Amino acid sequence: MTLAVFFGCSFIAFGPALGLCLFSVVREPLRVIILVAGAFFWLVSLLLSSLVWFIAVKASDPGDEPLQKGLLIFGVLFSVLLQEAFRFLYYKLLRKAIEGLVALSEDGCSPISIQQMAYVAGLGFGLMSGAFSMINLLADALGPGTVGIHGDSQLYFLTSAFMTMVMIFLHTFWGILFFHGCETQRWWEMVAVIFTHLIVSGLTFWNPLYLGSLIPSYLLMFATAAWAYVLSGGCTQNLLRSLQGEYLVQPHVQRRSPARDPASEG
Amino acid sequence: MAAGAGWRMGAGERGRRGAETLFRGLLFCVLGCGFCWGNSVERKIYIPLNKTAPCVRLLNATHQIGCQSSMNGDTGVIHVVEKAQDLKWVLTDGPHPPYMVLLDGELFTRELMLQLKGSSRISGLAVAISKPSPAQGFSPGLKCPNDGFGVYSNDYGPQYAHCNWTAWNPLGNGLAYEDFNFPIFLLEDANETQVIKQCYQDHNLPQNGSVPEYPLCAMQLFAHMHAVTNTVTCMRRSSLQTAFSLNPEEVCDALSDYNVWSTLKPINTSSKINPLDEVIIVATRIDSHSFFWNVAPGAESAVASFVTHLAAAEALHKVPDVQMLPRNIMFTFFQGETFDYIGSSRMVYDMKMDKFPIRLDNIHSFLELSQVALRNSSVLWVHTDPVSRRNDSIQPQVETLVEALINSSVGANVTLQEVGQSQPLPPSSFQRFLRAKSIPGVVLADHRTSFQNRYYQSMYDTAENILMKYPEGLSPEETLDYVTDTAKSLAEVATVVARALYQLAGGTGNTSAIQADPRTVSRMLYGFLIKTNNSWFQSIIKQDLKGLLGDELPQHYIAVTTLVNTTQLVQYVLANLTGTVVNFTKEECLNPEKTPNPEKEMYVYTWVQGSRDPNSTSRVPFCVQSTVHLTKAASPAFELKQWGSTEYSTWTESRWKDIRARIFLIASKELESTLEAIAEADI
Repeated sequence: MTLAVFFGCSFIAFGPALGLCLFSVVREPLRVIILVAGAFFWLVSLLLSSLVWFIAVKASDPGDEPLQKGLLIFGVLFSVLLQEAFRFLYYKLLRKAIEGLVALSEDGCSPISIQQMAYVAGLGFGLMSGAFSMINLLADALGPGTVGIHGDSQLYFLTSAFMTMVMIFLHTFWGILFFHGCETQRWWEMVAVIFTHLIVSGLTFWNPLYLGSLIPSYLLMFATAAWAYVLSGGCTQNLLRSLQGEYLVQPHVQRRSPARDPASEG
Repeated sequence: MAAGAGWRMGAGERGRRGAETLFRGLLFCVLGCGFCWGNSVERKIYIPLNKTAPCVRLLNATHQIGCQSSMNGDTGVIHVVEKAQDLKWVLTDGPHPPYMVLLDGELFTRELMLQLKGSSRISGLAVAISKPSPAQGFSPGLKCPNDGFGVYSNDYGPQYAHCNWTAWNPLGNGLAYEDFNFPIFLLEDANETQVIKQCYQDHNLPQNGSVPEYPLCAMQLFAHMHAVTNTVTCMRRSSLQTAFSLNPEEVCDALSDYNVWSTLKPINTSSKINPLDEVIIVATRIDSHSFFWNVAPGAESAVASFVTHLAAAEALHKVPDVQMLPRNIMFTFFQGETFDYIGSSRMVYDMKMDKFPIRLDNIHSFLELSQVALRNSSVLWVHTDPVSRRNDSIQPQVETLVEALINSSVGANVTLQEVGQSQPLPPSSFQRFLRAKSIPGVVLADHRTSFQNRYYQSMYDTAENILMKYPEGLSPEETLDYVTDTAKSLAEVATVVARALYQLAGGTGNTSAIQADPRTVSRMLYGFLIKTNNSWFQSIIKQDLKGLLGDELPQHYIAVTTLVNTTQLVQYVLANLTGTVVNFTKEECLNPEKTPNPEKEMYVYTWVQGSRDPNSTSRVPFCVQSTVHLTKAASPAFELKQWGSTEYSTWTESRWKDIRARIFLIASKELESTLEAIAEADI
């Protein structure tokens, strides 16, 4: 359906996430590394879960429709659980990495905090997940045709792009929540992440009833966004101040030298 | 610390490179997934049309004919034209040009096509083949086929040149020789046509006079041709590419193939025959053409004639004393006659240049079988050339020829009649031989003046056109062996021809025993018109030729690849009908030169796979000894590199990369602009 759809859908899906990336990740080399490694971890989890699904499909009868649908649901379930498992593994890895960074640093402090790592890791997961959702759609969007000749909805590309955007954000916020849960031993936060991930993935089975899958997903996204904001130390005053246009502090960690006392700054 | 600072800068660089690699990886994924064949999203969007035939570009010395599409295909909103008034929507009224017209076969006429040709609101055309064939006849060929390449010109019989005397193909609208700048495809499958019409009815029909709304059903046709202008240009470009480029991109190929010929008495092909030996040449053409590429059923224009010829050759070989006849008979099957006599002009050229075992002086007489299947009340017309008959030495020989034919028709259900003495020859290979030398000869045809064939060189010249009818409910094997009336009628013609040839070759015995076999004729007609993959053809071909026999309708287009299926099948059938089975092993048969025997140089040995035993699955192969040879049928213009020649055929076919068709829905421009707006807001 030509270049308009291609660029439109890719900017809808990746625009905000790439904006986040551009403003908060790209300038800091450590964050870039964590982003790419996070994307890689998500990719490995997808590889393994797709391998399991592929074997299951090949071993089953292709003509049996309910069985194939059941296998798909099982595949999605397994994939979600595996993604969260890999998120946990990545947390463990980053924990070890922080110890290493502390050992290497001049002042005994890690140049990057676990919260920042959580955000970047989540963004990495989200970007790779978005890429795999959207890339083949975008490739076909370049052609002259649009979805619909077999009766599917016209809005396929548009809703896919919005769904991808919401998934990228959700992965980012889930990263923050999950790592916070791991840090503070609050297991119920991790369970909540897994649970919401399962819900959002399950909602996509309601497609082509797009309102049924998109609206709850967006509501969930706003809820997790608020929760992640609170957990990261945000409060309503900061939010109001930022909305009023006051500049926030630069988003890189200030090196705390032992000589400086934050209390004396005021 | 200096080391620490160095490490930090290194990390920064590595981070940047990491981001670069990620970007490159993503780009590669986008491009890579674009080429995923048949992925599920693509299946949601497009319906490919598989049973189609394109119209391709052919070029000759001065013109280009056929169709062309844009490099990335032509897209247009589908509009179904079932009656002439529907065309108005496409040409003037419709609000979403350009349109892709789906045309009923009945409306595929010259007037309509010229209207479409002049319009800029057309991006392509799909023609649905009309079943049954249009009652008024349809021929996209010229009214005067092969004009300017026959014998009649301003120097020889000017009153007969350019069909002044009679238009041989009056129904010819010349569509196949027009140049269109949009793609035209033939929809061969009625189910696919119905799918397209359903899509049109669901999305494109104007509701109550209002404009149809998006999304609209559209079609895209890919048929980009690389050659332009004419043969001179495209051959020049191709030769430059071949000479100077490491990876040559040729743009066109000459139409060429092989002629099949065989002699009644074996001759040594490595040397010339005795100048005093006389040969009678029997000739037919084996190719046809239509508007669309590789659609050339050619039932009446080619198949019926060469099947009759094959049957006559078989009948003659069965006569016991043929090896003692004073004159030899050469059975020749010319390929490429549709395109300005490619095969016969090459054979005449080879004879003149002494590259052929037989010279023009050896030719005693010439007998050609033109279209013979639609005889009106069993009359077969004998055409001769009035100009050469004015010669006192030629005239009596022609009369002898005609007399032999008329004598042979006594007792057979064939009435031979001569056409008027002042009537010229119809388009035939004999005309090329006359161009070189005055030879006595006749052309046998079922028409007196203009063709009886109302579908000359069109996609409708099928088995139905020559009235081949089979009863219902027969299995393929039973259909193969069933003898149709058409087969019986053609066998009669073959009998007459065989008897006449026996007499002309100097035979003195009783000819009533010479009979062509209607069962063989019927099997050949089935094999060449309905299905080549039948048990008889399977038993007479070589062992390793699996791709030769197919289940779809056989087509007889010369094409640019060497040895098309038709040529090979004619070769094997001729070898089977006129050859003898010899008791050789496979080694001896495949390598006859290993066992020295002067006889062997005159024959050709073929190891055929034989028929299948009814009880077992294996075949019993055997060796066939025959005199069937192949000789190149490529126009001398390409040998001589005279690409602008008006003397020889210069037909070439363009090359192309991708030919396919598909349908899909297109969305409105407003949706696209909305998407752009949302995207901008996002950024």
